[in-house]
Amino acid sequence: MARPQPDREADVPVQRLRIRYAKRGRLRFTSHRDFQRALERALRRAAVPMAFSGGFSPHPRVSYAGAAPTGSASEAEYVEIALAERVDPDRVRADLDASLSDGLDVLAVVEAVPGTPALPELLTGSVWEIVLPGLTEGDAAAAVRAFLAADRVEVERMTKKGMRRFDARAAVVRCEVSRASARALAESRGECAILRLVVRHGTPAVRPDDVLAGLRVVADLRPPSPPAVTRLRQGPLDEGTGEVLDPFASETRAARTT
Amino acid sequence: MVVAIQIPGGRTVPVESLFPRLEPLLPLVQKPIQYVGGELNSVVRDWDEADVRWCLMYPDAYEVGLPNQGVQILYEVLNEMAGVLAERTYSVWPDLEGLMREHGVPQFTVDAHRPVGAFDLFGVSFATELGYTNLLSALDLAGIPLSAADRDESHPVVVAGGHAAFNPEPIAEFVDAAVLGDGEEVVGAITEVVREWKREDRPGGRDELLRRLAVSGGVYVPRFYDVDYLPDGRIRRVAPNRSGVPYRVHKHTVSDLDDWPYPKAPLVPLAETVHERYSVEIFRGCTRGCRFCQAGMITRPVRERSITTIGDMVRGGVQASGFEEVGLLSLSSADHSEIGDIAKGLADRYEGSNVSLSLPSTRVDAFNVTLANELSRNGRRSGLTFAPEGGSERMRKVINKMVSEDDLIRTVATAYSNGWRQVKLYFMCGLPTETDEDVLAIADLAKRVIDTGRQAGGRGDIRCTVSIGAFVPKPHTPFQWAAQADWTTVDARLQKLRDAVRSDRRYGKAIGFRYHDGKPSIVEGLLSRGDRRVAAVIRRVWEDGGRFDGWSEYFSYDRWADACAEVFAGGPVSLDWYTTRERDSVEVLPWDHLDSGLDRDWLWEDWRDSVDEVEVDDCRWTPCYDCGVCPSMDTEIQIGPTGKKLLPLTPV
Ligand code: SF4
Repeated sequence: MARPQPDREADVPVQRLRIRYAKRGRLRFTSHRDFQRALERALRRAAVPMAFSGGFSPHPRVSYAGAAPTGSASEAEYVEIALAERVDPDRVRADLDASLSDGLDVLAVVEAVPGTPALPELLTGSVWEIVLPGLTEGDAAAAVRAFLAADRVEVERMTKKGMRRFDARAAVVRCEVSRASARALAESRGECAILRLVVRHGTPAVRPDDVLAGLRVVADLRPPSPPAVTRLRQGPLDEGTGEVLDPFASETRAARTT
Repeated sequence: MVVAIQIPGGRTVPVESLFPRLEPLLPLVQKPIQYVGGELNSVVRDWDEADVRWCLMYPDAYEVGLPNQGVQILYEVLNEMAGVLAERTYSVWPDLEGLMREHGVPQFTVDAHRPVGAFDLFGVSFATELGYTNLLSALDLAGIPLSAADRDESHPVVVAGGHAAFNPEPIAEFVDAAVLGDGEEVVGAITEVVREWKREDRPGGRDELLRRLAVSGGVYVPRFYDVDYLPDGRIRRVAPNRSGVPYRVHKHTVSDLDDWPYPKAPLVPLAETVHERYSVEIFRGCTRGCRFCQAGMITRPVRERSITTIGDMVRGGVQASGFEEVGLLSLSSADHSEIGDIAKGLADRYEGSNVSLSLPSTRVDAFNVTLANELSRNGRRSGLTFAPEGGSERMRKVINKMVSEDDLIRTVATAYSNGWRQVKLYFMCGLPTETDEDVLAIADLAKRVIDTGRQAGGRGDIRCTVSIGAFVPKPHTPFQWAAQADWTTVDARLQKLRDAVRSDRRYGKAIGFRYHDGKPSIVEGLLSRGDRRVAAVIRRVWEDGGRFDGWSEYFSYDRWADACAEVFAGGPVSLDWYTTRERDSVEVLPWDHLDSGLDRDWLWEDWRDSVDEVEVDDCRWTPCYDCGVCPSMDTEIQIGPTGKKLLPLTPV
């Protein structure tokens, strides 16, 4: 895979691929920076013909979209890459998956349909699952009711710019307590409650830990051990139904018609 | 997966993954990714299918330990062997250590999160002595008694390796064994002894296993040697206390590096580490004879890897890892007999690709610049590094670094006129016989370098960085007898040098100055040339909270000095006694019974020559001067040229 010589012009991308990947198991502790390095290395290893930016230190053109926080697992992370040559997306899926550690799993690769909105514009909502070990369904349900009944729930989080205070309530579209599955019970080794949360993306992005902080504020809900958080879906938020849709819908349609 | 280990009394305890217990702690610590493993090319082998199990450790943080070549090589070599399993562990930072203690989680491997205490062997690689306190943390967290004497058959055999193991006496109390030299072959031999002993159902217990290792002659087992002291503190005698145990233990030397092309599939971490590259060792050993350089002395003779093996390793390693940078490692890489062809061949192969090549060579000559030009084809010409080590001509004669000032100036002129804009110069401070003038000469040299650069480069933005390390006398070198300069002297000289550089406005910004204060070097000196009595100091420091001594934010000189004062109180020895005291030729040195191959008389003569400012040549190009290594180790210099060239890669 050729890279431009120093100080050369940028490559013209001839194809854009959108990738959905998962962060699973112990690799949920991968930070976004760690993932970026791993992906760029995997792209080299898999010999994906990347389009490079110009300038003195050309880099492969990869666009990242809102990553799950370090420590959260995810079944729905998205990234877009620009290529200098056309390739078969299924082949890239397989090669890239083989070039990444187990636990960073490439689930789907589609060719972006020209004219579809950019990833950050498409990814307007997320569905999260939060397993709260050591809590009963009843405790969790009461806390959620109190949270949803409030107009505003102010929480604090340390950000790169220092401590920030913001409302965690408005971004929450839905929050339900679901019955713990046998799997969740086994993994948390005992009683646990499970929340299913739909949030609208915004600034600052309200994350599951902010909602948990909110539950602490309104109902003093304190899980005895750290919760296990997984992003289940990410995509366009249907404000009417509160559902999060498939961000690859147009690509899937396009593939079906060709 | 639940498997079981046998412990004495026939009880079995299951060896489960510790991950479920570790996992709830990880969100509470910094950079949890460093504790989860799962690196590309890491291996998890079935516990029950292995009959010998090694846990390998680099006793520093993951970010430093993961790239370590020694551990990566042995990890791969061992995991390729039938019936053998190897996993890795690294030092945990104090935040996690605290939580592990609170929640009773023992030291774990990152591969399968198995408890370190469940392995047969615990191999710890010491590149530096500053990892000793971290060894104690790991042992303690693993539930392994700190003193080897307190261990039983349920505990792993703790084996020290790496350069620091050439004098393992300060940690003799804490390790069961130490191995000197190249590890590739000897790990197999140790594995066989353990396998055999286990197959026979562990006859004679731990003591017998250690005896079998010791009588092989290639494994040092400190408990089988008694050390007696003279009233004045010096060692009277070191002698075996068990029949069949050899008086001297010799180092291991792999003769043909082409037989051991490791690492083939380097570990690719998810976490950020200090080196993100694939490194290929292009030769081992060095015969330049720099007198301060322990690595150069203890890895003799020179053994080259052939140009074709290097080419194959680079191709395979880059393919297996996706690394962008390839480092051609050795103690003096420009000295490979076919380095020109290697550099050109690799540069041709990877021209226009994203693979960049680096050659950590600091040789002061124009050829080095030519090489750097070749290797920088794919990148930018930023900085070049040269290591004159001594500031004055006289100093360089003492240390046997045969570079004249004019050589250096010619070399930097070539570098600057070839478009390199920054030159880095390495020096040492506190060398034997050094005076203020020798150190101040560094300032004059740096100024001449800038003048030359401004003329040659025809531009003003030339820079030169002067990096200075404090000299620490090391075992198995001609300076093993020398007095280490005390830290006040070193700090005062560095201060004068800094003032001399800063005093002249014309150079102010052009000359950068990097140095560390002299205190850590004194502690390194204590641990380098210490004997078994130093163990009590290490233990005291560790109990007092000493950890990560290689990190300035954790290192505390006072903690070490206080521990020495306390431990040595009322006795003949002291921190100064171990560091700033010159030894004479008859003194028994703590490592005299450990054989690096170097002839003691030759080392002593070289030490005397050094004081007389007499230089010695490189035996690679000039006749052998009988340092002793080749005959005593039954090895010889292995160099090319092979005459082969690297062919272009054909895309697959
Ligand atoms: S024995 Fe001779 S040839 Fe061998 S390393 Fe020593 S000086 Fe060189």
